[in-house]
Amino acid sequence: MLGVLRRKVACKANASALEQGIRVAASRAFSSSGKEMTVREALNSALDEEMSADPKVFIMGEEVGEYQGAYKISKGLLEKYGPERVLDTPITEAGFAGIGVGAAYYGLRPVIEFMTFNFSMQAIDHIINSAAKSNYMSAGQISVPIVFRGPNGAAAGVGAQHSQCYAAWYGSCPGLKVLAPYSSEDARGLLKAAIRDPDPVVFLENELLYGESFPVSAEALDSSFCLPIGKAKIEREGKDVTITAFSKMVGYALQAAEILAKDGISAEVINLRSIRPLDRSTINASVRKTNRLVTLEEGFPQHGVGAEICASVLEDSFEYLDAAVERIAGADVPMPYAANLERMAVPQVDDIVRAAKRACYRSSSLAASA
Amino acid sequence: MAQLTQRAATFQRTLSAAAFSVSSTRCLNTASTSPITVETSLPFTGHKIDPPSRSVETTPQELLSFFRDMALMRRMEIAADSLYKAKLIRGFCHLYDGQEAVAVGMEAAITKKDCIITAYRDHCIFLGRGGTLLEAFAELMGRKDGCSKGKGGSMHFYKKEGGFYGGHGIVGAQVPLGCGLAFAQKYSKDENVTFAMYGDGAANQGQLFEALNMAALWDLPAILVCENNHYGMGTAEWRAAKSPAYYKRGDYVPGLKVDGMDALAVKQACKFAKEYALKNGPIILEMDTYRYHGHSMSDPGSTYRTRDEISGIRQERDPIERIRKLILSHDLATEKELKDTEKEVRKEVDEAIAQAKESPLPDPSELFTNVYVKGLGVEAFGADRKELRAVLP
Repeated sequence: MLGVLRRKVACKANASALEQGIRVAASRAFSSSGKEMTVREALNSALDEEMSADPKVFIMGEEVGEYQGAYKISKGLLEKYGPERVLDTPITEAGFAGIGVGAAYYGLRPVIEFMTFNFSMQAIDHIINSAAKSNYMSAGQISVPIVFRGPNGAAAGVGAQHSQCYAAWYGSCPGLKVLAPYSSEDARGLLKAAIRDPDPVVFLENELLYGESFPVSAEALDSSFCLPIGKAKIEREGKDVTITAFSKMVGYALQAAEILAKDGISAEVINLRSIRPLDRSTINASVRKTNRLVTLEEGFPQHGVGAEICASVLEDSFEYLDAAVERIAGADVPMPYAANLERMAVPQVDDIVRAAKRACYRSSSLAASA
Repeated sequence: MAQLTQRAATFQRTLSAAAFSVSSTRCLNTASTSPITVETSLPFTGHKIDPPSRSVETTPQELLSFFRDMALMRRMEIAADSLYKAKLIRGFCHLYDGQEAVAVGMEAAITKKDCIITAYRDHCIFLGRGGTLLEAFAELMGRKDGCSKGKGGSMHFYKKEGGFYGGHGIVGAQVPLGCGLAFAQKYSKDENVTFAMYGDGAANQGQLFEALNMAALWDLPAILVCENNHYGMGTAEWRAAKSPAYYKRGDYVPGLKVDGMDALAVKQACKFAKEYALKNGPIILEMDTYRYHGHSMSDPGSTYRTRDEISGIRQERDPIERIRKLILSHDLATEKELKDTEKEVRKEVDEAIAQAKESPLPDPSELFTNVYVKGLGVEAFGADRKELRAVLP
């Protein structure tokens, strides 16, 4: 019964706190189905199911067909759905992103793959000006039910031009929805939601997560499963400090939380899942509980996702803060190649632990004198 | 003689009835539909394809409607010029006067199930696709009765139910989008085509060639129409393109060069292209046309071209004059009847403007509508987020 409730609740737009509580409880209650799935399998199965359910869904991108996907995310789909629905494109991002948006104007539901989001910069005019803004400029006549997906952020040793995180750039644009899954359940539920959503969605995956395995609930394996867009997930409850993260950094935050727990600091880890819309109410509710915040992201710090979260918390929960907000982000440099420099250019678990501790020991004087 | 008077009388009755209608639909439907064959003034030039014949089938009704539709478009654009100077239209305003034959000829060859997408010089294409004068003027003035409810402006007219997909401000972007529409038509097995229109300035855009390559690889029913008015903003074609033979630029994709000031030639070319594209994939049409105005209302249009050139084209090649001569030489109407049509069209435009001026600005709540189709109850903020915020439905 709780399962039925959860499925109904999972896709609703305005989930109240009560429903959210049920969802958190339900996820814990149902997480032990015994089955594990890699993020890759999760994405592949989501694509397969959505293509099966709706003949208007098609995939377009470089190597998605005969090569089975540069990262094997679209494996088997060409054989199953044929070359009219799984299209290998030439290396022409501006062209095929534009073709995808035009097809969406007509009413089809394209899933456009960028081999990495670094290459999306060649097509960014179509993502922003042709897709994101069209529903507004046409006052609702031209909607764009498209998904742009692919790996985002740093991989391992791929250098400066192949390592940028685009969450902040796309997240700032009205008209777009921007999602960043972490676990396999996230990947399945959010990709299915993205494909079903009538608006343009930028779906930021992570190459290093593709091979990671996560337990999946029976719920999540159902073909009707989807997660709500715009809702964050409390991955780990805590009471001393809130850590917000998305994508691969969620894993790091959870590791940091384990370490902090040994030092008597109970960290609450929020998996953002959705960069735009940002779940400000979950973030603020958490900060009002813990009074301390560390924002965590892999991308460049200036004008980053953490900066927005910081501002949001200052605006909505200023009186609740017992310490200044801490930001952990990628270094302010293009990604270097040498292994030691690369390690310094992205957040490590140590960095998160250190920042959380700073946030926890900062307050004292004011509280003492009160 | 008696026959002529009778026909004129019917004509005049229809005209006076039409004077009270605000729509721009053809009202000269009592004219004959018996076929006439007319030769285009210039032959077509083909690139990797045998061009169609110069003999075009038309009817008196069609020619009279060409005249009326082009006169309406011309009047609309000139009225927009005045409104812009009166500061009732703001921002950008790119006028199409001189190029009317392309819009009108194209419509005569296709249906509303075929799609058209163009750049920002879109007012007349919008009209051709079934848009009304009120929707056009109200949109230009940013009022709620505009086709985009005042939220788009001059460059963002749309009419989805008429197969018109805009109205795009980024030069060249509309070409891949148009190929995407053609992709979707083929995917849906619709047996229709898309005309993706662009200018001589946009013809050099890389994304055009990217899209054309894919259209050719996948045999998409896409017709790329280069409206070559010889100037990309202030830059003449010979200064921007190493090869200004735009109909040849598709290389492996066939092309046709068309006299874009001749509505019948345009009609013939578009009919030919539609048949071709449905069977074989993309084709390029280069319409040799001309704009009397500058690039936009901020451009006088005479710093990079001579006034003699502009008036020369008006004398020799004006599309409306061409049809007028054709109608008169075939005795389909008298000079007075045509002048009356022009007066009637002017009145229609004036009435639409008056009505558009009455239309209010959009309600402030419209600032936050249509950001998404499905807003998910998310909050959006105004300049002062503590003061102005809304929940997106």
